[in-house]
Amino acid sequence: MGHPLSSPEHARHALLYMWRIRKFEEAVEDLFGRGMMHGTMHLSIGQEASPTGMCMAMTLQDQITSTHRGHGHCIAKGADLTRMIAELLGKKIGYCGGRGGSMHIADVETGNLGANGVVGGGIPIAAGAALASKMMKRGTVAVSFFGDGAMNEGAFHEAANLAAIWQLPMILFCENNKYGMSSSTEKAFAIDNLADRGKGYGIPAVNVDGNDVVAVYEVAQAAVDRAKAGDGPTLIIAETYRWKGHSRSDKNLYRTKEEIEEWRTKDPIPKFIARVVEEGILTQEQCDVIQNEAIEAIKAAVNEAVKAESAEPSGLLDAVFKAVSA
Amino acid sequence: MLTMAEAVREAMSIAFDERPEVFLLGEDVGIYGGAFGVSGDMYHRYGAERVLDTPIAELGIVGAAVGAALSGMRPIVEIQFSDFTAQAMDQIANQAAKIHFMLGGALHVPMVLRTPQGSGTGAAAQHSQNLEPWFASVPGLKVVVPSNPADAKGLLLSAIDDPNPVIFLEHKLLYKIPGRDPVPEGATRIPLGVSKVVREGKDLTIVATGIMVNKSWEVAEKLAAEGISITLIDPRTISPLDMGPVFESVEKTGRLMVVQEGPAQAGFINEVIAQMAGSSSFGSLIAPIKRLAGMNIPIPYAPQLEKAAVPQIDDIEAAAREIVKNWR
Repeated sequence: MGHPLSSPEHARHALLYMWRIRKFEEAVEDLFGRGMMHGTMHLSIGQEASPTGMCMAMTLQDQITSTHRGHGHCIAKGADLTRMIAELLGKKIGYCGGRGGSMHIADVETGNLGANGVVGGGIPIAAGAALASKMMKRGTVAVSFFGDGAMNEGAFHEAANLAAIWQLPMILFCENNKYGMSSSTEKAFAIDNLADRGKGYGIPAVNVDGNDVVAVYEVAQAAVDRAKAGDGPTLIIAETYRWKGHSRSDKNLYRTKEEIEEWRTKDPIPKFIARVVEEGILTQEQCDVIQNEAIEAIKAAVNEAVKAESAEPSGLLDAVFKAVSA
Repeated sequence: MLTMAEAVREAMSIAFDERPEVFLLGEDVGIYGGAFGVSGDMYHRYGAERVLDTPIAELGIVGAAVGAALSGMRPIVEIQFSDFTAQAMDQIANQAAKIHFMLGGALHVPMVLRTPQGSGTGAAAQHSQNLEPWFASVPGLKVVVPSNPADAKGLLLSAIDDPNPVIFLEHKLLYKIPGRDPVPEGATRIPLGVSKVVREGKDLTIVATGIMVNKSWEVAEKLAAEGISITLIDPRTISPLDMGPVFESVEKTGRLMVVQEGPAQAGFINEVIAQMAGSSSFGSLIAPIKRLAGMNIPIPYAPQLEKAAVPQIDDIEAAAREIVKNWR
């Protein structure tokens, strides 16, 4: 895509996608609140800049793996909003036909290999996608999004090592939102800077303000360039924060109101608006129009998804295996 | 006559020649030729890029295979001992097995995980298990248990063709043994999910998997000389399971014995018994179903203890005699 400040079109894209993620998550929270969705949800409100910035450095053919908190990654990579909402509502037209729900949305057309309900589960898979890219000389990069919690999983260690020894075109993108459910990074790590882990694998690592879409894009583009030049993986640690609880059962017992309020002042969206207005790339009025566009897009997606046909249990048995072609 | 290790290598080589997207990865599969010599000289024939030595990182290896399979490759993963799949179980059971279903069918995982299993090598409890029921209990995995070189070759070729994850469980004690039947030349495939009637008899039906097929065969040979004739059925694919030939056979023999290496408790073979119990062929039984399985213990080290832990030829013979003589 390109640098968010390189043209009004690019700035518009960055802002629109951050608003889409924000408004999508708000709509999901609303639908849950009204009893229209079941199961659970993991909202990424406050973290919109990280997936948006990363995905603006990627092509449609570049691949991602995502997490339980994955709505933002799907949207940033270009997923269809109606099919996403429909999946959460258990509809036939949903991305997984109602079989996966919030934690398992994948989209082949946008290179999204799927969100994952297991912490760290997507990291080795992204390494494999990068291995395939390298073996098939495809010239694509595979990005694994994961949270700080995943960095203590064996899957992270094993995948990081494979990516390093095989010099895979891979980016390990950590959204450090400070908590693995209730465990703070202070409790779960004996190092202050998660990027220190990179050195242990021989992987260059970089810290970035995960709430600054421009800064995220810049480190992401550098990492993509390295990967595509055959220079191997990069570990990106994006510092961010989730405003909402881990899931809907969270009572926020492990953090203070003051901390949450402090991070709310670091909202990535107004920060970006202030910058593009100041630099004369977009006007405030144009920014307002973009916000409304996102609101309308989510409304339309919800309306269409609500009306869609429910997923039926018939055919479930036939869905376990892909049919063997003769 | 090829051994099973050679037959598996031949199947992999044929697949390598047929499809550029097939590759092998695992611990020591390269220069070393595999811990049991299965990949042998493939590293020298196909190069380091297609016969990929990995660090000791089962979860990472299987995960990388899943990701590569999602991205157009057809990986064959070798896990050095089936016991070590425990290290990789998230990628096997939560990822590979579920991706096609859970993600709505848009993606699939054409991957084969080959791994040696079973007891009899004095390697003790963490290198000797039979884990057939672990895999057979996960919807989304196909599970193949070859009992001879010819089947191993044909089934592996089909497993590599299959668009779904296939767990291919090779018994270590069979690696160096030639089969009773010659291995067909060329790329002859054996479809997954088709049980094989290994021999036909009228007095008793034995359903056995893996190495127990060979042990049961020896018993059938010996008892044939005494006038007891046995039908021996090898399911070959334990998931999906083809019970048709079992029902047909029991309708003729009226007696059923099931034999597996793994512990009786929650074993795969119990599924055969359960399906028989619920079938219309159940009424043909004139004897209680006999189950022979491993003891409900970890595999012990000392040879006399290890032998006691899993069914041996003598055990199968005694049980077969008993069921035929006591129920007429």
